[in-house]
Amino acid sequence: MSERAVPILSVEHVGVRFGGLVAIADLHFDVHPGEIVSLIGPNGAGKTTAFNVMTGFLKPSQGQVRFRGTSLHGLQPHEIVRLGLSRTFQRTSVFPDDTVFDNVMIGLHRRSRARLVDTLLGRDRAGEAALRDRARELLDWVGLSGRAQEKAGALAYGEQRLVGVALALATEPAMLLLDEPVSGMNASETQVFVRLIRAIRDRGVTLLLVEHDMPMVMEVSDRIVVLNYGRLIAEGPPAVIRSDPAVIEAYLGQGSAARAAAQSVREAANA
Amino acid sequence: MNEFLQHLLNTLILGGTYALLGIGLTLIFGIMNVVNFTHGALYTVGAYFMYLAVTALGLNFFAALPTAVLGGLLLGATLDLALLRPLRNADMDTTMLVMIGAGIVLQSGTLWLFGGVAKSIPTPFPDAPLQLGPVSVSWLRLFVLGAALVLIGLTYWLINRTRLGLAMRATFQDHDTAALMGVNVRLIYTATFAMGSSLAAAAGALLGPVYVVFPQMGGMAELKAFAIVILGGLGNVTGAAIGGFILALAEELGAGYISSGYRDAMGFLIIIAVLIFKPTGLFAKAERIG
Amino acid sequence: MTQPSRTRHLPALVLLAALAALPFALGHDPYLLNALITTGVVTIAAMSLNLLLGFTGQLSLGHIAFFGIGAYVSGLTSLGFDVELFGGLRVVHEPWPPAVGFGLAVLATAACGYLVGRLSFRVRGAYFVIVTISFAEVVRLVALNWVELTQGPLALTGIPPLGLWLPGLGTTVLRTKLQNYYLVLAVGTLCYVLIGRLVASRFGRAMRGLKENESLALSLGINATRTLTLAAVISAAMAGAAGSLYAHYLRIIDPDVFLFSTTVTMVIMVVGGGKGTLLGPVVGGLIFGLLPVALRPVMVPEAQWMVFGLVLIGIQFVMPRGIVPGLVRLVAPRRPAAASSSPVPAEVRP
Repeated sequence: MSERAVPILSVEHVGVRFGGLVAIADLHFDVHPGEIVSLIGPNGAGKTTAFNVMTGFLKPSQGQVRFRGTSLHGLQPHEIVRLGLSRTFQRTSVFPDDTVFDNVMIGLHRRSRARLVDTLLGRDRAGEAALRDRARELLDWVGLSGRAQEKAGALAYGEQRLVGVALALATEPAMLLLDEPVSGMNASETQVFVRLIRAIRDRGVTLLLVEHDMPMVMEVSDRIVVLNYGRLIAEGPPAVIRSDPAVIEAYLGQGSAARAAAQSVREAANA
Repeated sequence: MNEFLQHLLNTLILGGTYALLGIGLTLIFGIMNVVNFTHGALYTVGAYFMYLAVTALGLNFFAALPTAVLGGLLLGATLDLALLRPLRNADMDTTMLVMIGAGIVLQSGTLWLFGGVAKSIPTPFPDAPLQLGPVSVSWLRLFVLGAALVLIGLTYWLINRTRLGLAMRATFQDHDTAALMGVNVRLIYTATFAMGSSLAAAAGALLGPVYVVFPQMGGMAELKAFAIVILGGLGNVTGAAIGGFILALAEELGAGYISSGYRDAMGFLIIIAVLIFKPTGLFAKAERIG
Repeated sequence: MTQPSRTRHLPALVLLAALAALPFALGHDPYLLNALITTGVVTIAAMSLNLLLGFTGQLSLGHIAFFGIGAYVSGLTSLGFDVELFGGLRVVHEPWPPAVGFGLAVLATAACGYLVGRLSFRVRGAYFVIVTISFAEVVRLVALNWVELTQGPLALTGIPPLGLWLPGLGTTVLRTKLQNYYLVLAVGTLCYVLIGRLVASRFGRAMRGLKENESLALSLGINATRTLTLAAVISAAMAGAAGSLYAHYLRIIDPDVFLFSTTVTMVIMVVGGGKGTLLGPVVGGLIFGLLPVALRPVMVPEAQWMVFGLVLIGIQFVMPRGIVPGLVRLVAPRRPAAASSSPVPAEVRP
């Protein structure tokens, strides 16, 4: 990625405080069009908080986020999506009581231009049919056609994640934020997901991930941004990050879970 | 000026019972996450317990009051064990609907048993009011204020100085962690609901003799309790206590200087104003986000 | 509702035909016809409440306010009034035809729905429930105390019946119970169709999305305030229409039209019949609207209310999703999920 290219997303000196607690301090980095960037760091490092700021679910105490040159300051989540910045969620990525197909139909909300009057007069049959075709295409694309009529809440965890991705893609984003997309997936599901991420990028969508699965992060990322205690401690391609002493230290300084993660950083480094 | 002083005195007396109502409701909401739609019915039942204790049992007025409070405590415990304990994992809407149903059963049951004619409770206090300079107050109302303050103090002591209170506060913070630390959360829920119910019954037993006792008296009391709790912030005990006095002041001034017909509207106007300007209540601590 | 099929509307059509034939089956019994009309009116209000409670998941317990406002707006429009506002401003209104009152009732309640929606959807959960109750209570107190306008507890009396203009037939004044029955049935059917179209559209999907997972819905570009307010406006307008029908049928209304207990009746109809389903409130409305007729010979009103309370409790324990979803599960048992254990490999075809 050329450093001179105009970034699609700029996080500009963002800080978030909850009362006296500093969740993020002066976070500053760019993502360029077509990149796959990962945001990593030990538990509580502020990764999900950063996501919530970027998507309008949290207001930063200072700084701002720009997306395609537009400041996201003061925008509501639904307004940010309309600019082309979409996201998935860590745990609850579906509408559990609806079928997978209807989930995607809900996700296509912005694709329908139907007016209320036409709806009430029953004049939107063609628009609805086009929407259903689009939903089938999306489900086919993520490989969930066989599950279309199942309740989304009854799906296996990994499949719910795929529904979440289909929903985010339904908004036709220019950039997609994935919040721990492979947590809870087994190795083969993760491999399938890595291919999916690359395929999404090949559709022209820029990706930013928050992820704990180090081997996966090292494999898929063009660039990695490392947070610890709400601060950026390292930034660079995987090859640089895996040997960065500050990163190893950050993971070692934590509890046993973090040590396991640090172990996986080293394993990934040796891989 | 004297008129204003009289309004302030009335505020103090009304506010004490309002605070009782509000504290009971806010405790139940804060600890159990249940909006108690039986609160008004418990207020009514408390007043009828008082009436029965004085007339049917022939108890002394001062002995009847604790009897009514105890009655509220037992009824509250029963409601929790029968209806809320089996629904502990249900969402808030479900428990709200069940509580609405239970409130209807209690209120209609009272109407069925006692009929719609209002009853009055005889009191041992002299009819002549106590003159305090320019203002006057009946001995009964003074007793009601004293009793309400004692009950509020008792509640604070229970929450802040006893093991039960400690367990309640722990459950309020985080019921899962409290359970891990050996708190019997089910028991705490029952105790909380019983305690909140007994406070509602106490408010009814105290105001019953001041006004009259009738089956629908709890409807308005319940809506006022909601106003008080919104004012103080859901789950905030001190907020509810202060909210009780604020609502009483608003009603006194509204009735005194605007129109007595809109006395009961003050609470709702307060709710609507609070929700527009400060949706977390007047006394909420820093907003928790995320 | 994924694949639109011709049989989807069959149960509703059968029910409609049965309701259309019902007066003849009952031999025009005036007492039963009266019960059916009032049940129908409250059922329309319950259907509108279902739009909020069932489809958006917002437990609005102040719905009776819209019903009552509709009744008063319609009644006052057709009766006329003469009031003095603050500052000596005198407002005199000459009586207008009842049909205009019906139209104004719908518009006025829609406007109220907009205001209440904008205000109360700033909060969720318990706060929302309490603010809606408060709104209804304030409106009741105004109706009770603004005697110059509403006659207060003395009631508005002599409200004229609705007239219906039909091409070729001229205007017919609906005086008989039978005429009013078919009017209520027609308005109810219209509301049913409109709600059905709404919930099957992008607007209805947005409502379901917000109910099931609000954060996710927001992240898909769904505007929560606008969607919920839209639901509140349509819901309020339908409740207002029901209130107007009520006023012109009974021809007398008093502030008791705002009582919380009527909201509870509607809630029982919606929750008992099946919230979030189209037919639920209709089935629930018929059952719980006519239950008092069945109970009246055997018990006093207080005891009937106790039965209602016990039913509300019982539903939550026995049939939390309501009668209609329960029946659907009986008639069409869930097909076994095909090969549910094997995860589908997500084949990505770039």
